[in-house]
Amino acid sequence: MILVRRRAGGLPAGPARVARPASADLSRGDRILRWVSGAAATVPFAGLTVIVVIMVIWAIPAIIYSGTTFFTSTKFFIGNLYAPTLSVSNGISAPHGAIYGALTFIIGTLSSSLIALVLAVPISVGGVLMLSEWIPRRLEGPLSTFLELLAGIPSVVFGFWGLTVLGPLLAQHVFPTLARLGVVIPFLKGPWAFNGQGLLTASLVLTLMIIPIIASTTRELVKRVPVLAREGALALGMTRYEMVRVVIIPYVRTGIVASALLGWGRALGETIAVLLIIGMANNPPANAYGTTSTLASGIANQLDAALSDFTGMAVRAIAELGLFLLVISLLTNLAGRLVISRVSGDALPVGRGI
Amino acid sequence: MAYKRPRLRHLRGGLFWVLCGLALAIIVAPAVAVVVGVLIKAAPVLKLSLLTNTTQDVQNPGLQNAILGTLAFAIGVLVIAGPIGILGGIYLAEFAPRRYGGAMRFFSAVLAGVPSIVVGYVAYVALVVGLNWGYSLLSGVVALSLIILPYIIKTTEVSLAQVPRSLREAASALGLSRITTIRKVLLPPALPGIVSGLVIAVAISTGETAPLLFTANWSNFNPTPVLFHNPVGYLTYVTYYYIGQPSAQDQALASAAAGITILMILLLIFGGRLITARQRKMVARLDV
Repeated sequence: MILVRRRAGGLPAGPARVARPASADLSRGDRILRWVSGAAATVPFAGLTVIVVIMVIWAIPAIIYSGTTFFTSTKFFIGNLYAPTLSVSNGISAPHGAIYGALTFIIGTLSSSLIALVLAVPISVGGVLMLSEWIPRRLEGPLSTFLELLAGIPSVVFGFWGLTVLGPLLAQHVFPTLARLGVVIPFLKGPWAFNGQGLLTASLVLTLMIIPIIASTTRELVKRVPVLAREGALALGMTRYEMVRVVIIPYVRTGIVASALLGWGRALGETIAVLLIIGMANNPPANAYGTTSTLASGIANQLDAALSDFTGMAVRAIAELGLFLLVISLLTNLAGRLVISRVSGDALPVGRGI
Repeated sequence: MAYKRPRLRHLRGGLFWVLCGLALAIIVAPAVAVVVGVLIKAAPVLKLSLLTNTTQDVQNPGLQNAILGTLAFAIGVLVIAGPIGILGGIYLAEFAPRRYGGAMRFFSAVLAGVPSIVVGYVAYVALVVGLNWGYSLLSGVVALSLIILPYIIKTTEVSLAQVPRSLREAASALGLSRITTIRKVLLPPALPGIVSGLVIAVAISTGETAPLLFTANWSNFNPTPVLFHNPVGYLTYVTYYYIGQPSAQDQALASAAAGITILMILLLIFGGRLITARQRKMVARLDV
């Protein structure tokens, strides 16, 4: 039988890879199951295709109408719905005075996600190294449940917490201290909202949301560091820190880059938590604490109003925002998965690192 | 590595581990702070009338409609994403040619990275408007299903892959067909893992808000079995919307909804973990 022959041929171990019989070996029931399950396995691909195609088709009129204004204007205004005349641009008409500039959202998205990324990478890697190299084995399991906890907390609960607990706390006790650095870094000078709503609070909450993605990948890869390499390093008289630097870090470096890209993708697309915390303002942040909007929060916030546009252009403009968000988050995802796929792609989590 | 004085080496190492310890604290403390903080906010406003009244009630609003709606979505995604995800996982683990399987796995993982608001927008354009389903349970369920499908596929595949090779060899030596092998030999030990995957997928869908805003919309009334043109309320919306309202009563409702949401999700996640832990033991016993 094929099955046995293949095994004898010395295929790598691993149960899932063993048996892959030719069609001739399959009974009729087998072939039906293969067909039906094969169809099910293509659903994600089909879904992804439908999402991309619909976003592109819906965005096209807005892309034509806005041209480069999309990237250069900070003003997103669906127009005067009661004006007697329409604005026409490149042959496409929209309500009077409509401008669909995405620059505010792009600045908000990039700044919040990059701050989150810069904070989350060292915290995740440091925490995981502590967990797997220093903490006694017995405590490792219980402590790692906190990572799962962080991954499981829903976006809206993070938003609720950021709005009612973290924001006020930061505004009263942390921001005043930070603002003293304003002498050196003008961006950190105040003012801030009394309840802490704004860019920095949103970025900190985003940090918490992407830690599980980076941490779970790092943890998985640290586990796979060959024991002989560790022991060899220690036998050479290295301290534990030197062993980490010389053996472990080089081994997990690619994985950290890949998972950081995935985490970045998640931070880009996070909606409800950011919407509640960042302050829903339609302007770029005035300073590090300023209120603004991201692409994702802007879409959620604007769609209701956009639906009232009788020309339908506002909904198209939101499709353009969504398309841009989709493209950058797909790019970070693809990049992250390609970086690591040859080495150990299965270490990367699906989705939010749960 | 160049020789350095021992004391300096140990000082550096010590500093490094202190920073790592700090990083671990920054992971653990907020995780506790979020859960405890939300539960503390919710505890004073939890009362029995939350279960018996709907948000429609002006005097003493409750969350009955939202809780029932959230449960309806949980059942809905299990019915739609459950079978598709499990079958997809079976295909990837048992039938897929290597390259094709790799590609499908890749796209499934990429789908999980699509921002949920984009999924919500597409569902609005394609289902609510395009297919004229209106704001409805079904539109919301399809959007949520697309979001959690990758998780179910992945956990099913991993659970099947963990079944020891010796069992497959025994089945194939007995001349069993593939379908019998899967049903009688592979699925029983893999089942707990698959179930825990489903449980965690439901936990994720329970916490979603963005894909439902423009598909299920919101309703003050209890969900009904009408699948089309029939908005549905759900817990996360209460937290999202009512927290922004000025009245204390509304804000209390938002806190209560956040507390109930997080309790439900903790229950689901740790339930799922428990099942996985039991499965690991069982599989370890099976391996000969």
